[in-house]
Amino acid sequence: MTHHAAPVGGPFLTRTARWLLGLVALGGIIAAWRFANGIGSVSALSDGYPWGIWIALDVVIGTAIGCGGYAVAILVYVLNRGKYHPLVRPAVLTSALGYSIAAVAIFVDVGRPWNLFKVPIQFWHWNLDSALLEVALCVMTYVAVLWIELSPAFFEKWKAEPGGALHGLATALDPLVRKLMVPLLALGLLLPTMHQSSLGTVMLLAGHKLHPLWRTPLLPLLFLVSVIGMGYAVVVFEGALSGALLTRRRETPLLADLSFAMVPVGAIFLVLRYADLAFRGLLADAFRPSWLVALFHLENVLVLAAMLMLLSPDGRRNATRLLRAALLFLLAGGLYRVDTYLVAFDPGSNWHYFPAVPELFITIGLVAAEVLAYLWIVKRFPVLAGRAGAAGN
Amino acid sequence: MSKIDRRTALKGLAAGGLAAGAAATGTGARAAEHERPEPPPDAVGMLYDATLCIGCKTCVVACREANGLPPERDTVHGGIYDAPIDLSAGTKNIIELWRDGDEWSYVKRQCMHCLDPACVTACMLGALQKREHGIVTWESSLCIGCRYCQVACPFEIPKFQWHEANPKIVKCELCNHRLAKGQVPACCEVCPRGAVIFGQYDALLAEAHRRLEENPDRYVPKVYGEKDGGGTQVLMLAGVEFEKLGLPDLGEDPAPELARSVQHGIYRGFVAPVVLYALLGGVIWRNHRAAARDGEDER
Repeated sequence: MTHHAAPVGGPFLTRTARWLLGLVALGGIIAAWRFANGIGSVSALSDGYPWGIWIALDVVIGTAIGCGGYAVAILVYVLNRGKYHPLVRPAVLTSALGYSIAAVAIFVDVGRPWNLFKVPIQFWHWNLDSALLEVALCVMTYVAVLWIELSPAFFEKWKAEPGGALHGLATALDPLVRKLMVPLLALGLLLPTMHQSSLGTVMLLAGHKLHPLWRTPLLPLLFLVSVIGMGYAVVVFEGALSGALLTRRRETPLLADLSFAMVPVGAIFLVLRYADLAFRGLLADAFRPSWLVALFHLENVLVLAAMLMLLSPDGRRNATRLLRAALLFLLAGGLYRVDTYLVAFDPGSNWHYFPAVPELFITIGLVAAEVLAYLWIVKRFPVLAGRAGAAGN
Repeated sequence: MSKIDRRTALKGLAAGGLAAGAAATGTGARAAEHERPEPPPDAVGMLYDATLCIGCKTCVVACREANGLPPERDTVHGGIYDAPIDLSAGTKNIIELWRDGDEWSYVKRQCMHCLDPACVTACMLGALQKREHGIVTWESSLCIGCRYCQVACPFEIPKFQWHEANPKIVKCELCNHRLAKGQVPACCEVCPRGAVIFGQYDALLAEAHRRLEENPDRYVPKVYGEKDGGGTQVLMLAGVEFEKLGLPDLGEDPAPELARSVQHGIYRGFVAPVVLYALLGGVIWRNHRAAARDGEDER
C-alpha cells in the first residue's frame, strides 16, 4: 500500500473547489430548512413513496460506488494479486468517503435522527427480523473500519512532521493499526458482503408492491454480485479520472487488467438473472412488452455491453474504451438499484414520485462534499500513486 | 507461492459460497412448511360488513374526535368540508366508495392489525409491535423515522407526518386508549348500522362465518383477513370482490414470510458470517505471512 503513494499537492481552493463549496453550502441551507419544517417541505416524498433519491441514490447507489475498496480488497487480499496494491489506497478513500456521505444522507432522510444513536447501542431492542437493522449496523461499523484502514495514509504524513500537533498521536497509533490490520481487513471484506446483500433483502419485504421481475429470493445475491462488478468499475473510473484531472501517472495497464474482473462478475449476474426468471416461470412475462420490462432488459444489456467492450485485451488497453465500459457497468448497477427501490416499486396508482428541486440539491450538495473531501485528502495526504518520475518515498 | 495461495483462497471462497447456498436451500424447504400465525389469546378485533355500511362517515368523524385529529379541509379544492381523500397522518380511518357501473360498495380502510405484520418485521428497534390484545402500536422513543414500515405494509397503512420537525408514525391503534377505559373503539361505538363491530377475535370470526352461511347471496364467499397475508385481526365481509375494494390478494402466507426466511436463512445462528470471517481472516493472514516471508514490501 505504501509503494509510491504521495500527496498531489497544490492549492485546495481552486475555482472548481469554490463552486463545489457553494453547492455544499446550498445543500446545507436546504437541510437546515428540512430539519426546521419537516421532510415534506423540501422533498416530493409521500406516504406512497416514503423512500426517494436520498435512499436510492445517496445510500443504495452511493454505498455501491463505495464498494471499490471492497472489490479491490477481494483481489489483493483474498486472491493474493499483490500487483493491484497501488489501487488499494485510492479505492479505500473513495469507499470511506462514499459511505460517510451515505451516513450523512441517512441522517437527513430519517425523520427522527435523534434516535439513531440507539440503533448501535440498545441491542436489547434489536429486531433481528429486520434486514434494514443489519444494513444500519454493518454500515455504521464499516464507516469506522474504512477510516481505520485508511489511517496509515494520514499517519504517514503526520509522522513526517516532527513538530506537528498530531505527530505523537500518529506515532503511537500507527503500529497498533498495523498490528490489527489482518482482522480489520477481514472485517472490511465481511461487512460489505453482509450489508450489500441485505440491501437487496430489504426490498423483498415490499412484497406485492415490488414488480415480480425484481422481487426474487435471489435479490441479496444479485445485489452482492452486482456491487462487486460496480466496485471494479468505480476503481477504473476513479483511476482514469484522477489520472486526467490531477495529472497523475495513468495506471492504464493495471486498470486494464483489473477491468477484466467485470467480465466474469457480469456474466454471473446475467446468468443468475435469467436463470432466476426461468426458475420462477416468469420468462414469458419478461418478454411481454411494457416499459418496465424494457428497463429490466436494459439493466442487463448495459452489463453485457460493458463486458463485450472489455473482452478483448486491446479494448482494455484503450483508456477511453476502458472508461466507457466502466461507466456502462456503473450505469447498469445504478439503474438496477433505482428500479428495485423506486421504479419497479408501485404502491398504487394514486401515488407518484419525482424528486423535488430542493431534494435534488441536497443530493447534489452531498456529492459535492464528497468530491471536495476527496480533493482535499489526495492533495494533502499520500493516497494516489505518485507522478511519473517523481514517485518513490 | 502466490499460485498456491490463490488456489487455497478460491477453495475457501467456494466452500463459503456452498455453505451460504445450503443455508438458503434449507430456508426454502422450511418456508414451505411454515406454520400459520396464531392470534394472541387476548386478541380483539373488528368486523366490518361492507353490505351494511351506508357511507355516512360518522366513524371517520368519531375517529378524529377520539384520536385528537383535526378535520382535513384542504384535500378538496377550496372545500369547506372535512373530506379527506385517503388515509394520511391526519386520518386514521376512512370510508371509501368503489363503483363500476351498477355495482358499488363502500369499504373501510384502517390498520388491519395483522397476525404477522410486515411493519413489525421491518421495524429496526421494535417501535412498531404487536402489544396488548395483539394491537399493533407505535412507540415514539424507538422510532428513528426510517419509514421502512411504509415500504413494507401491504395495506399502505402507516402514515408519516411529512411537515413536522418531530414527525410521528400515525395509524389506527384500535383506540387502545379507549379500551383501557373499558370503552370500545370510537368507530364501532358510533356506527348507526352496526357495519363495524368490536369484539374478541374468535367471536368476530365466528360471527362473520355465521353471516356468510345465513346470507350466502349477499356476500362474496370469503372473510377477508381470515387467512389473507397470514391473517388479520380486522375482518371484512363484502358483496363484491375484495380486490376491487383495494384489498390486495396476498395469498395465505404471512406477508413478511419470504423476506424473513431469506434473511434468517442467511443469518441463522449467525453461523455464516462467523465462518466467512474466519475464512477471510485465515486467507488474508496466510497471504500476509507469505508475502512477509518473501521479503516483499508489505503494508
